[in-house]
Amino acid sequence: MAKITVNGENQEVELPATVNDIIRLNKVKQPDMVSVQVNEGFINRDEFGTFQLKEGDSIDFLYFMGGGSDV
Amino acid sequence: MFDFSEDQINRYSRHILLQDVGVEGQLKIAQGKVLIIGAGGLGAPVALYLAAAGVGTIGIVDGDVVDLSNLQRQVIHFTPDVNRPKVDSAKEKINLINPDVNVITYKEFLTSENALDIIKDYDFVVDGTDNFPVKFLINDACVMAGKPFSHGGILRFEGQTMTYVPGSACYRCLFHMPPPPNAVPTCSQAGVLGAIAGMLGTIQAAETLKYLTGVGELLTNRLLTFNAKTMDFRKIKTHRREDCPICGKNPTITTLVDYEQAVCDLKDRH
Repeated sequence: MAKITVNGENQEVELPATVNDIIRLNKVKQPDMVSVQVNEGFINRDEFGTFQLKEGDSIDFLYFMGGGSDV
Repeated sequence: MFDFSEDQINRYSRHILLQDVGVEGQLKIAQGKVLIIGAGGLGAPVALYLAAAGVGTIGIVDGDVVDLSNLQRQVIHFTPDVNRPKVDSAKEKINLINPDVNVITYKEFLTSENALDIIKDYDFVVDGTDNFPVKFLINDACVMAGKPFSHGGILRFEGQTMTYVPGSACYRCLFHMPPPPNAVPTCSQAGVLGAIAGMLGTIQAAETLKYLTGVGELLTNRLLTFNAKTMDFRKIKTHRREDCPICGKNPTITTLVDYEQAVCDLKDRH
């Protein structure tokens, strides 16, 4: 098992694991709407299925949020 | 030379007492010109606090009228304001709080046609809008015009905000393209706890005052997110993307575009 950080929280995952695997494991509701950073760098959406994570990686999910005035 | 009257020194004394602000900082606030886009949940606390702070010129863009369902969170509008244009209601409250503020109202929605022309006269822009097409429009217009702005978003019990200044990560660095219409719910579809608008809006107001006075460290290259259910606050470090389509090395977006609006707002289903 490899130790990684997801949204600031420690998790353990079986390697090999891609960004898509982490999205699935964390039950991200709208995977096609989430932006993903690994170690503070953005990963292109077309690399989600191939980008391999390694021990110690830090993953952040960034979500769209609207809100405010209904203009 | 701009000089404060005795009343103004008294009114702003709690700012002036702050070592980092002082009379000099208060003068910068008084000379500041801030544009608030959307006089709703976020725009309301932003406008109230910036008015109280003595921002010299506040522009407000909103083509909507006050709806009864707005009053749960849009604290600048009162019950007798229902059906009044939001910009008129907001202007009235701002000047009741502080007659020193010069309020400029734009009773229209921000579009690719008017955006650059409206923002050009301002020092700082606050995004208080509910929909992604306009959020991307504000980002693109501010990047093109070299204007700093504060992004804000709220939904249900959560909020997020970041500040852009030329050279820092822009909204498109984080979110490449607007989501397809209705792919991501808005507050009018999924609801929002009213106080969340106040929490997020006052952060945006503080960022505006920090920018005007030059005090502290802006929320640039960081996305602040919070969840009021747990009161967990988190800052996610971000970086400008070299391949960003608007602020990157070879921008592919060179003109402003109006993306398709969400079509199933609660309002339209009535």
